[in-house]
Amino acid sequence: MSILTMITKMGEGLGRTCAIFFLTLLFALPLGLIVSLLRMSKNKVISAIMKVYISILRGTPLMLQLLAVTYGPYYLFGMNVSREKLIPVVIAFSLNYAAYFAEIYRGGIESMSQGQYEAAEVLGYTKFQCFMRIILPQVIKRILPSVTNEIVTLVKDTSMAFTVAYQEMFTIGKQIANSQTSFMPFVIAGVFYFLFNAIVGWVMGRFEKKLSYYR
Amino acid sequence: MTMSKLLEINHCRKQFGSTEVLTDLSISVEEGQVLSIIGPSGSGKSTLLRCATLLETMDGGDLIYLGNYAARDVNGKAVYATQPELQKIRGMFGLVFQNFNLFPHYSVLKNVMEAPMLVQKRQEKEVREEALALLEQMGLSDKADAYPYQLSGGQQQRVSIARALAMNPKILFFDEPTSALDPELTGEILKVIRKLAEKKMTMVIVTHEMSFARDVSDWVVFMNGGVIVEQGDPREVIDNPTQERTIQFLRRLQEK
Repeated sequence: MSILTMITKMGEGLGRTCAIFFLTLLFALPLGLIVSLLRMSKNKVISAIMKVYISILRGTPLMLQLLAVTYGPYYLFGMNVSREKLIPVVIAFSLNYAAYFAEIYRGGIESMSQGQYEAAEVLGYTKFQCFMRIILPQVIKRILPSVTNEIVTLVKDTSMAFTVAYQEMFTIGKQIANSQTSFMPFVIAGVFYFLFNAIVGWVMGRFEKKLSYYR
Repeated sequence: MTMSKLLEINHCRKQFGSTEVLTDLSISVEEGQVLSIIGPSGSGKSTLLRCATLLETMDGGDLIYLGNYAARDVNGKAVYATQPELQKIRGMFGLVFQNFNLFPHYSVLKNVMEAPMLVQKRQEKEVREEALALLEQMGLSDKADAYPYQLSGGQQQRVSIARALAMNPKILFFDEPTSALDPELTGEILKVIRKLAEKKMTMVIVTHEMSFARDVSDWVVFMNGGVIVEQGDPREVIDNPTQERTIQFLRRLQEK
């Protein structure tokens, strides 16, 4: 098999790789914010539940979580494993990344000075208005470098989907590598991820620059 | 009746853990009056201001703005009004912080304009005109589009005064407004406050600037250990204090 054929075949899986990537961000970023707010809740029960959630999702391998979400329903409830694996894959990725994002948000929110809340409160902002207009925009600026870190990791982590045979780029590459006894697909995959992350780095750099209008 | 009084605090009590910070403390402020609160750090003056501006809750006592009870003493316990009522009362006062607490991601103009539009639901055009007039009054006309980090401390504090005034408060509180400033920038803030006093703005000022307090205020309260040790006409209290603790405090300040 020529290198070009390999690239073409693996390229066909790129759409799925992107699907995992974008859908995970779409769900995990807001979910992480909700988890972090609940984690900081004054209600000790809610806060404790979120701590457990975070510690489990950060403390066990993503690979295991992928298997659990994909095949768990079959073993637990005898449900058929759906042929379309995108749904369980995105669920597992979102739950996992939300746990990491939650702690990043928490770090950002807790770094805000009490004075910002007090100034808004005295001016009559509701708690929600204060959070959305005063706190969150500043938090986003502060956590952007850490978020970029996570997003870069996510690009590479999409390859984990091979554990449930979801036909994304790396899974296809691995299959070709096995059938052709060639290392080439891995090299191609490496280049793909590197280029993908170069784009991510550029986009996030633009974001940071856009938010650099204040200190 | 109490209606002539703009602010009234009766028998305020506040504890942090087992430490009593304010003990049965009462003050009242009439319209157009400037009240200065002086005293050593830890005397409870900032806590008093924070109780008055609803940033802290009192354990006991009344807090009344223009006859509206924000908190009412019931058997020694302060019972606070409902959130909507407190929100209405918040509209009556403004607070200028020691370290400004401007919103760094907003331009100067937006810092001043957002609350009147968002909280008071006023028209943007009208608010903008008023905000620009306030900035001019503060000598900041050319800084409307600047961001807080681009301003000196004195300029930032003037923006925060404009931000508070944009809400048209009936009473303005200052929590050591010059303590975070270089000595040479202190003057510009004091000048602004003096001008407000000339316009009969009702103000309560926690300050360490004794000569300023003497000049600008109608009434001075000296606090120590959570109680009012001495109060009265500023010239009396500052120039001829009668209480030993006041004499000692003022002498130490002079030695600096």
